[in-house]
Amino acid sequence: MSTTESPATGIGPVEGASQYTVDNPAPLIEAPRARTKKTPKSTRGNFEMVAWLFMRLSGVVLVVLVLGHLLIQLVLDGGVSKIGFAFVAGRWASPFWQVWDLLMLWLAMLHGANGLRTIINDYAERPNTRLWLKGLLYTATVFTILLGTLVIFTFDPNIR
Amino acid sequence: MATPVMEKSDQAPEPGFADSPYITVTFRVRRFNPEVAAEATWEDFQLEIDPKERVLDALHKIKWELDGSLTFRRSCAHGICGSDAMRINGKNRLACKTLIKDVSPEKPITVEAIKGLTVLKDLVVDMEPFFQAYRDVMPFLITKDTNEPTRERLQTAEDRERFDDTTKCILCAACTSSCPVFWNDGQYFGPAAIVNAHRFIFDSRDEAGEQRLEILNDRDGVWRCRTTFNCTDACPRGIEVTKAIAEVKRALITRRF
Ligand code: HEM
Ligand code: SF4
Ligand code: FES
Repeated sequence: MSTTESPATGIGPVEGASQYTVDNPAPLIEAPRARTKKTPKSTRGNFEMVAWLFMRLSGVVLVVLVLGHLLIQLVLDGGVSKIGFAFVAGRWASPFWQVWDLLMLWLAMLHGANGLRTIINDYAERPNTRLWLKGLLYTATVFTILLGTLVIFTFDPNIR
Repeated sequence: MATPVMEKSDQAPEPGFADSPYITVTFRVRRFNPEVAAEATWEDFQLEIDPKERVLDALHKIKWELDGSLTFRRSCAHGICGSDAMRINGKNRLACKTLIKDVSPEKPITVEAIKGLTVLKDLVVDMEPFFQAYRDVMPFLITKDTNEPTRERLQTAEDRERFDDTTKCILCAACTSSCPVFWNDGQYFGPAAIVNAHRFIFDSRDEAGEQRLEILNDRDGVWRCRTTFNCTDACPRGIEVTKAIAEVKRALITRRF
């Protein structure tokens, strides 16, 4: 019925004649970041493999750490109402909870940061967007890890 | 089992055409023609068709009887050549292996080009990036002995069985174009390339498995797979695609540690 000559009834409502013709076609809707002969450059090293393994191994440890943490903080012994300066000070008096929290901090931050890195790799199309998003992510991660570590090691229960 | 006999009762011609097999089905096709408009649009076609026919038959009917400008690829029409992968009701399938009755013909059946590849016209996409990824895994037998073979390269039935599943690939791109990672970043090798690397990595006669593993250890290699399983669902050959990818991941890890 409709052919390419007649104003294509089949191809959406086009008012009058289309501005596009056989000799002047519309731009194609390109797929994001297509693979070509030259891109992407092949990479060396095992970084992605180590990152992949780390997600799974840290995940297993985080199950224990995070669920234990939530249980202690939110459920046992009166729930959230008990949390206060004294409660935190009491727990951090023991090296066991210091190590627990330190480990949880590092693993959760690195796990979360690497997860977000994956998401940025998936979604950011332009190299510049990637660069900025990752820069922001790494800065925030390093800052949080350092600050958290500092607090755990230098926490002073007698502060006023 | 009993000898097969003609079941007379079923074969008897119906009186008149009282129960015609034909039903009215709406096909909602994603059209794109850069020579006419810059955007893709949906177009509905109504057909009287036997629901036991395939979606490909419906597309033929549309092209031959309603709108000759409808553009799609097909060659064998029997699930062998891999030309007519498309997104039917939101799922990647081969039009030639999909019966209309299996894709709820009561409602409009949507037919689109596969995602993640540039659409050239209607249902035809540019397959070049897909085949580039395929070529990049070196999908051919490589041996260290470069002399002309003087006899057949033998292998045991078990060795052949090891990679049997991945020999079935027809390179239709249904898996790769169903993968959300590929949709967003076409630099990912994609399931089909990994399946075809698996075909040789686990072939006892091939000697470049290590090289192919290294290629897939790339930033855009197997580690980008998020085990979504869309590829396994999409494969018209029933290949366990996600499992093949997992086997390549495992081979990479066990080879290192
Ligand atoms: C409860 C224990 C946890 C387990 C077992 C776990 C496990 C995992 C695994 C296996 C992945 C990789 C998924 C993939 O490669 O497809 C992942 C991704 C991720 N995780 Fe966790 N995780 C846990 C806790 C956390 C925590 C506490 C955070 C936040 C700090 C987090 C943030 C993320 C993010 C942002 C991703 C990336 C999401 C994605 O890949 O789609 N996870 N997790
Ligand atoms: S693995 Fe299956 S879906 Fe993927 S290209 Fe091969 S035949 Fe098609
Ligand atoms: S036309 Fe050949 S696979 Fe469908």
